[in-house]
Amino acid sequence: MLMFVARRLGVMLLTALALTFIVFYLTNLPPNLEKLARSEGSVRMTDEAVATWIEQNGHGGSVIGRYSQWLGVLPGWTFTDDKGVTRGRCIRDGSDPALAAKYCGILQGNWGQSTVFKEPVAGVLAEKLAATGWLMFWVMVVMVPTSLIIGILSGMREGSRTDRSLSTFAIITTATPEYVSGVILVALFASATAGLSPLLASWGWIEGRTLFLGTSTSALDDITFWNFALPVLTIALYGIGYIARMTRASMTEVMTQQYIRTARLKGVSFGNVVVKHALQNALIAPFTVIMLQFPWLLNGVVVTEALFNYKGFGWTLVQAAGNNDIQMLLGCSVVAVVIVLVTQLISDIGYVYLNPRIRIS
Amino acid sequence: MDDLLSWGGIIARMLQQFWPVWAALIVTFALSITFKRKLGLYGKLFDSPVGMIGFGIVMFWIFTAVFADLIITFDPIAQLSSLKNKVPGTPLPDVEGQWYLLGSDHLGRDVFSRVVMGARRVLMIAPAATAFAFMVGVTLGLPAGYFGGQFDTVLSFLANLVLAFPVILLFYLLVTPEIKETGAAFTIPWTGTVWRSSIPNVMAAVLFVFPLIFFCTLFQSRYFTLPARRNLYIGITLAIGLWAYSGLAFNADPTGLWGMDPNLLNVFVSVVFVNSPTVFRIVRGLVMDLKSRDYVAASQTRGEGPWYIMLWEILPNARGPLIVDFCLRIGYTTILLGTLGFFGLGVSPESPDWGSTIDDGRKLLPAGILHPAVAPALALMTLVLGLNLLADGLREESLKD
Amino acid sequence: MTATTADWDPSKPILEISNLSISFFTRLREIPAVMDFSCTVMAGEAMGLVGESGCGKSTVALAVMRDLGKNGRIVGGSIRFKGRDLTTMDEEQLRHIRGSEIAMIYQEPMASLNPAMKIGAQLAEVPMIHQGMSQGEAWKLARQIVADVRLPDPDRIINAYPHQLSGGQQQRIVIAMALMSKPALLILDEPTTALDVTVEAGIVDLVKELGEKYGTSMLFISHNLGLVMDVCDRLCVMYSGEAVETGAVVEVFDKMRHPYTQALFRSIPLPGADKNARPLISIPGNFPLPHERPKGCNFGPRCDYFEDGRCNAGDVPMSRVPDGDRHESRCVKWSEVDWTAPPKKRQVKEKAPIGPVILKMEDLKKYYSISTGAFGGGENKVVKANETLSFEAREGETLAIVGESGCGKSTFAKVLMGLETATSGQIMLFDENVQSTPIQKRNTDTVSSVQMVFQNPFDTLNPSMTVGRQIIRALEIFKFGATDEERNNRMLELLDLVKLPRAFAERMPRQLSGGQKQRVGIARAFAGGAKVVVADEPVSALDVSVQAAVTDLLMEIQRKNRTTLLFISHDLSIVRYLSDRVMVMYLGHVVEMGTTDQVFQPPYHPYTEALLSAVPIADIHVQRKRIVLEGDIPSAMNPPPGCPFQTRCRWKSQVPDGLCDREVPPVQELEGGHQLKCHLSREVLRTMEPVIKIAAE
Repeated sequence: MLMFVARRLGVMLLTALALTFIVFYLTNLPPNLEKLARSEGSVRMTDEAVATWIEQNGHGGSVIGRYSQWLGVLPGWTFTDDKGVTRGRCIRDGSDPALAAKYCGILQGNWGQSTVFKEPVAGVLAEKLAATGWLMFWVMVVMVPTSLIIGILSGMREGSRTDRSLSTFAIITTATPEYVSGVILVALFASATAGLSPLLASWGWIEGRTLFLGTSTSALDDITFWNFALPVLTIALYGIGYIARMTRASMTEVMTQQYIRTARLKGVSFGNVVVKHALQNALIAPFTVIMLQFPWLLNGVVVTEALFNYKGFGWTLVQAAGNNDIQMLLGCSVVAVVIVLVTQLISDIGYVYLNPRIRIS
Repeated sequence: MDDLLSWGGIIARMLQQFWPVWAALIVTFALSITFKRKLGLYGKLFDSPVGMIGFGIVMFWIFTAVFADLIITFDPIAQLSSLKNKVPGTPLPDVEGQWYLLGSDHLGRDVFSRVVMGARRVLMIAPAATAFAFMVGVTLGLPAGYFGGQFDTVLSFLANLVLAFPVILLFYLLVTPEIKETGAAFTIPWTGTVWRSSIPNVMAAVLFVFPLIFFCTLFQSRYFTLPARRNLYIGITLAIGLWAYSGLAFNADPTGLWGMDPNLLNVFVSVVFVNSPTVFRIVRGLVMDLKSRDYVAASQTRGEGPWYIMLWEILPNARGPLIVDFCLRIGYTTILLGTLGFFGLGVSPESPDWGSTIDDGRKLLPAGILHPAVAPALALMTLVLGLNLLADGLREESLKD
Repeated sequence: MTATTADWDPSKPILEISNLSISFFTRLREIPAVMDFSCTVMAGEAMGLVGESGCGKSTVALAVMRDLGKNGRIVGGSIRFKGRDLTTMDEEQLRHIRGSEIAMIYQEPMASLNPAMKIGAQLAEVPMIHQGMSQGEAWKLARQIVADVRLPDPDRIINAYPHQLSGGQQQRIVIAMALMSKPALLILDEPTTALDVTVEAGIVDLVKELGEKYGTSMLFISHNLGLVMDVCDRLCVMYSGEAVETGAVVEVFDKMRHPYTQALFRSIPLPGADKNARPLISIPGNFPLPHERPKGCNFGPRCDYFEDGRCNAGDVPMSRVPDGDRHESRCVKWSEVDWTAPPKKRQVKEKAPIGPVILKMEDLKKYYSISTGAFGGGENKVVKANETLSFEAREGETLAIVGESGCGKSTFAKVLMGLETATSGQIMLFDENVQSTPIQKRNTDTVSSVQMVFQNPFDTLNPSMTVGRQIIRALEIFKFGATDEERNNRMLELLDLVKLPRAFAERMPRQLSGGQKQRVGIARAFAGGAKVVVADEPVSALDVSVQAAVTDLLMEIQRKNRTTLLFISHDLSIVRYLSDRVMVMYLGHVVEMGTTDQVFQPPYHPYTEALLSAVPIADIHVQRKRIVLEGDIPSAMNPPPGCPFQTRCRWKSQVPDGLCDREVPPVQELEGGHQLKCHLSREVLRTMEPVIKIAAE
């Protein structure tokens, strides 16, 4: 087991390095740097001036060297201009270059400065992640139990009416990406002119003009059912369909196994067959799926936060990408990669734990 | 000037507008159901209600894409500044008998025509991109599963690497206008066009070569005992393949028949790139399962080469799950393309594709103007739903064998 | 519930099935699976249901359990258990009977146990449900029953998960589970089919003993006539959904009164059968598909005594055979047929001459190194799949390689075919050393002259290629013929050779029956004029009636082409029937080798002796000495030190100084080139008695 975790950690580390390097390479392509130079310096800079700016601000040299600096395994760049002022990666404006640390990459906790937010990346990210954390938490609370229950109920009696209707629901939700379900939900529940709200308002059942709020900006300060339900539902719906279908497939397969027949034929009641005999075996596959769903949820988060104007991690990613905020984008990718890898590890360990065949070998 | 159409009127007119699609659907279903016992798996689809509904929806959109020119009521990119954000059923002020059936968007374009034209765009890209992803995934997944070992370890690691990337981040990095300006420039001597070794171009050059490799290996492994036939097949493959390849990957087709808009190429390559690792994993898993079969051992004992075994003994028997996944994956690719459009990545602002239409429309949502976003959203949803149902039907019927 | 049980009179039948009909319903049609089936099981009686696959025997068992699934339905008749009709019971009443009064044992022990539950929990569940026992007591009972089914270390076992046990142990657990609440009726559905023969023998003994101990009635379902004769008091032969003959085991065997029963017994190799002098008689034709059953007698089209206008006139009822104990036959002509007449079609064949040595193996070794541990870590281990194999095979000869799972016979085949290369040693094929030549490097002649016939008919043909295409491909790769037409003609000739109609060339494999697929496999193997054919259990997955035909076909082609046949099998009956020489393998070692007569007569290697004793024989005149081996076959990854067989050997005490524990025995050469790998001295070997004796007829 220990050996297994160690190996997995090694592969994870390698993956993380490879992924962050790719992101670093792609964000630091020459056109991006030129754009950065023009936005930081002046828009009307000549091509030579751009080249000098890039050279003097630590964006010259080999990609691997710059990546190592960013990571914190090579000393940060320094540049002394003709006025004798030394600037550098690790030197804050106005501080004494001699006192600055030699290494200052993300390993040392220095995530760089965001050009869009004009603040250190680490601080912005922490704040936005917390906001997204709440969103994810409620998504999980809604999504996991719903999808598992749907999957189990439809999988335990394949072909029954319950199965047919729940499966139809699941297949419809898997066909509805977040940007579609979000639009439809807003149209149904948060529009003053269409859907439910005008009806409810005319009956005097709701005070405002709409039942739910169409944006979730206010949820940053105070999460309420009315401003948070729609984004949560938007993300959860797509996942519900997917996980429910997985659970159903796994459940129907388990229900046809010989040992389920054994249990039935030793007189175990149907309820107990499902709960005691089928469930643990049927949940192994969906567990992996739920965990591997995280990278996907990240997609949903980005779309949903953009759609509902909720200023979390996804919104930040869009801002950073749209505005050539290289340090921010790198920070976001580190977070995303870590989330993905950690969930993969949990999924692997959970798979082993749920499966006695592998656990005790 | 006509009156505002009622919803009944709108629906009636839309049904009428779709007449070529209905005609084509009726012919397709009538023929297929008549001959369903002779048509193999495709015919069996008509035994499953789920599969039939799915097939019907998918064919509806395919025919819509084919007959789009007949169906549309207006030019999908023509703007009428006097008719912005009009509700469905709005009549044209100066022309008799013409309505904006599903209203107009913020630029005064006809939403109905845009949705219809969007189908053509989506159905041109999504299946083709999925097919390329399958070529790549199959060509690499077969040897990885069959030989295993170091080759498999390396490829699986790379596949996992791509899969660990949050798709949206990858798109933001790959599908940017800047990326097209990187790399060295080469002039193609016979066309005089410039080809840059930018990342999407290089990826296209690599990814588009897989179908060539696939088909050449396919024929070589089977017909090497009959050289005359092999030379014929491989010759034809190379002639057509290299011609298309030069046009698609290098924009160097002398006749100009094959070619892809740089924006489109960028989107296309990215979608192929994120899809192929999943296909790779599926194929690899199927091969590992099938390679222990006796018929594989039988071909080994008569001295068949590994590629013959992979392509002719194993692959045909993995077709069931692969066809099912192909359908699902077209749906998934449609969703991905929509996501790209939603973020305005790599598409021209004029483009009627559903993702960007939804993105345009959603900005009007807070103002209570819903139709520009809801119409393409429902279109996309039904297409993907149709593909999912079709896949379910195929899975159900192929398992019955 | 308990009230009705008390009402039941023990002199009445426990189980009484009368005129039972079961159908499966598909979207297209109703498929009758069982028609007009009747049988009774008295208290303490063991009833055998025999028949080929698809005859409906398992369906009967599931009908008794009322577990026919969504599509299956009982469409007529009744099943009375202790006088109460099971067919009209509701789910709740059934639940009280299942597991407590009727218990079932299944074919696949691994699949029948829940992989995520501890053994103890699975066992304890039964009395907790039916007797309301407390958990502690139930576990205590579980422990006791585990000891009862003679599993070592019951405390460890009840806390183990199923995958930690071997196949034989798992089946004992399934038996223990069935016995937890002392049921009145035990249904066993092919309980030993998935197990090795030496393990099977132990299970069979256990079932018989427990049946007697608890007075349990049994319904024993098997395709193996020998096994049923061993275990049961009465039997019922089924064919295509109907019972065709039923009666006491001795009566059915001695005075069979149905043509199918007779044909079945004539098609299985019994001691005394011989491929030249007394060849087997296969049943012509094929088993009818459920929706293609003929009018009248289902067996009619394949029957020697068929009479048009009578046998196909209408439904044939069961009729009582007088002066028998409830002996019945479903045949309109049973009283007219001369049942003692010898079979007509038996053709005596010349013994084929044995030619020069074609294949010679010397000191062949094949070791694998594998990494242990589920996660790829752990140390590398060497598995000795084949250990110093030496033998020769001659032209036209049949050499049988006998052994159970893990004995290394498949590895040996792979090495010979060139799919793997040997670790050391020599393989001489027509005076050419092919030992270290993998198949890609062998020339076409060598490849085409060594071919293989595979075990599983459902796996041996590529499901997505027509039969003709597959044979033509073999011809192409063997560089046969210059044009497509030549190859096509040759393909049709090959179909003739294996006695398949030429129209089959256009068929897909799924349209063929198991036996037909196996014939195509044989045709493909002989496409390049193979001189050496390795047949890896070619008939073990086929039904008995088809087995004889396929075996005969192989023999015939061998005789014609003077092929050397390496016949790999675990079935000693068939080996005895067709082989010239026999090689017995155990855990990678050849433990005994000699001519068929030498191997089947004492002195034996102790393993051969046990193997011979374990194979059930469907002949009541044959007396067998029962030698039941303890335990299971050790894993090839972790073989015992010294002699590989020492852990299960009953002769071990006859060897002084614990030599068996320490040293791998040397090969002893006895008279006539008979080789034994055993420490036993010649004196001891000489005292061995024959395992099988045929009583004077």
